[in-house]
Amino acid sequence: MGWNEPPDGNKGKDPWGNRGNGDGPPDLDEIVRKMQKGFGGMFGGKKPTSMNNNNAGFPFFLAIIILIGWLAYDMTYLIDEQQRGVVLRFGEHVDTLEPGLRIRLPRPIETVEKVNIGQVRSITHKALMLTQDENIVDVEVAVQWRINDPTQYLFNVYAPAATLRQVTESVIREVIGKSKLDFVLTEGRSQIAETIKTIIQQTLDDENATDDYESGIYISAVETQPAKPPDEVKAAFDDAIKAREDEQRVVNDAEAYRNDIIPKARGAAARLREEATAYQARVIAKAEGEASRFEALLTEYRRAPEVTRERLYIDAMESVLTNTSKVLINGDNANSLMYLPIDKLIEKRQLRSSGNSVSDFSSSSGSNTSLSTKLDTVKQRVEERMRSMR
Amino acid sequence: MPTSQKIIIPVIILAVLGYFSVFTVKEYEQAIVFEFRKIKRSDFEPGLHFKMPFINNVQKFEKRLLNLDLEPQRFLTSEKKDVIVDYYVKWRIIDVVKFYTATRGDVIYANGLLGQRISRAIRDEFGARTVQEVVAGERSQILEVVKKSTSNLPDELGIFVEDVRTKRIDLPAEVSNSVYERMRAERNRVAKDFRARGFEAAERIEANADREREVILANAYRDSEIIRGEGDAQATEIYAAAFNNDREFYSLYRSLNAYQNSFSGNNDIMLVEPESDFFKYFNDKQGR
Repeated sequence: MGWNEPPDGNKGKDPWGNRGNGDGPPDLDEIVRKMQKGFGGMFGGKKPTSMNNNNAGFPFFLAIIILIGWLAYDMTYLIDEQQRGVVLRFGEHVDTLEPGLRIRLPRPIETVEKVNIGQVRSITHKALMLTQDENIVDVEVAVQWRINDPTQYLFNVYAPAATLRQVTESVIREVIGKSKLDFVLTEGRSQIAETIKTIIQQTLDDENATDDYESGIYISAVETQPAKPPDEVKAAFDDAIKAREDEQRVVNDAEAYRNDIIPKARGAAARLREEATAYQARVIAKAEGEASRFEALLTEYRRAPEVTRERLYIDAMESVLTNTSKVLINGDNANSLMYLPIDKLIEKRQLRSSGNSVSDFSSSSGSNTSLSTKLDTVKQRVEERMRSMR
Repeated sequence: MPTSQKIIIPVIILAVLGYFSVFTVKEYEQAIVFEFRKIKRSDFEPGLHFKMPFINNVQKFEKRLLNLDLEPQRFLTSEKKDVIVDYYVKWRIIDVVKFYTATRGDVIYANGLLGQRISRAIRDEFGARTVQEVVAGERSQILEVVKKSTSNLPDELGIFVEDVRTKRIDLPAEVSNSVYERMRAERNRVAKDFRARGFEAAERIEANADREREVILANAYRDSEIIRGEGDAQATEIYAAAFNNDREFYSLYRSLNAYQNSFSGNNDIMLVEPESDFFKYFNDKQGR
């Protein structure tokens, strides 16, 4: 690497200057090269680019230092807690290194492949796919995985991460393809994730004859996002959900209606019964009252029938005629043409009297209201009297 | 310096010879050693091996599971529907000698051959199935058949097919649209069903409530009529008992009351002849 220094840009310059300091972590090769160039400049007093030093003992000494430095660098391995080091001796797997500082034979003999087995990685797959009932559904799945066997991971499958992606896509499609749309969209979510996880894992490390991946990959979790219907039909799906709500709403409205009218009907029924009872009591009371009034009158009438008849008749007629407008017509003129301005008469009467009606307890056709107003006035009178007594 | 050059040159020659006479086989590799392009040996364990420089040369092959991922292809199902299928094949080289003979060890070339074989097998297999069977069917069934069709590959190409899986089975755009139409119609059906059910339930509840109200009111009306009837009956009995004492007087009494009541309003106008009984003293103080 560092040995192939481009000749331009360094000519005639101090070897320590003009070096990019931000080239990432210091490379040992580069340091060695720098040291070597520095020595060359110190002892030889020549330009650092000229490698062919004439000093005989020095290159050997230098070569040995370089060799030792390089070996020290190449033989030590820092294995992180996340990692394992797979040791290949001439390509043959001989050992797997645990975390810590490890020393192995240098490069041509042994090489160490560091494999990160601790890190949990994640891949996601999102696609439209067909369900068993030939619907299309939008599914998104995240698969978290890590390497659990570094040697299998390295030696058994070419491009294991890409293979995992293929297997994931295939398994998701397979599981969705065996499920019905409604199941995928609703209650099946966790079950589908579980099935996907199981099948991916089986496929990846199946040791029976059929599919022999043995990929050294462990699936730690499969998370499915809620499956969605494709955008093209989303409106229809939303409407179906709304329809379910509508169903509930309409039923609730009906219940409300029921809760409104039934108690009211019960109330009305109670009112009907009460009114009937009231009517019963009223007519009976009225009948009793009227009957006893009649009987009292009858007793007196029997004592003096003629006079009583006469008096009653005249009283009644008086009362009738007092309350009405009267037009006295002489029987002789009965045939002659008369003009009677009846409208005017009525108008005049209405102006003259207002509310001057005759009240009579005995009226048999007395209506409800007249009775109750009478009762009210009686009650008021009683209350007034009680107040004045106090 | 001539002395050091004398040492260095043989060392370099030895190093070059050494370099050309060893080779390593990695854990995930297989190798063939040729002698003048003729295969000499092919069963190497991982590790360091020796060969004759310039006489033998080495070609290495993958031992790991290899991948064939083809472009999505259109297949026709038994109901003449197009489906777009994306599948991959996992295979490995199990016989390097045959593999080399058939393909010169070129994995891409081998992938091409394999792809043709398998796509033909899958085409046959899909042609005998409906979309539904393809989508939901047992993977192992299709896989079985496809693998059977590749059963002579170990002999022919030195290849063993481990797994064939469909990654995607899609419908072409025009078919997708009709699927969307169907899904919309299906959801529409569900929505209508829900709404109609809601309407049904609501109607039931409301009608039931109406009926209940009618019954409550009718019962109450019946009860009230019975009560009123009882009252009327009792009143009539009381009246009859009282009025039967003197029917003639009752008729007078009642009639006079009725006259009074019927003329109690202010708007009545009476045309009276002075000949009536009431006016018998009006014209004549003797009452004649």
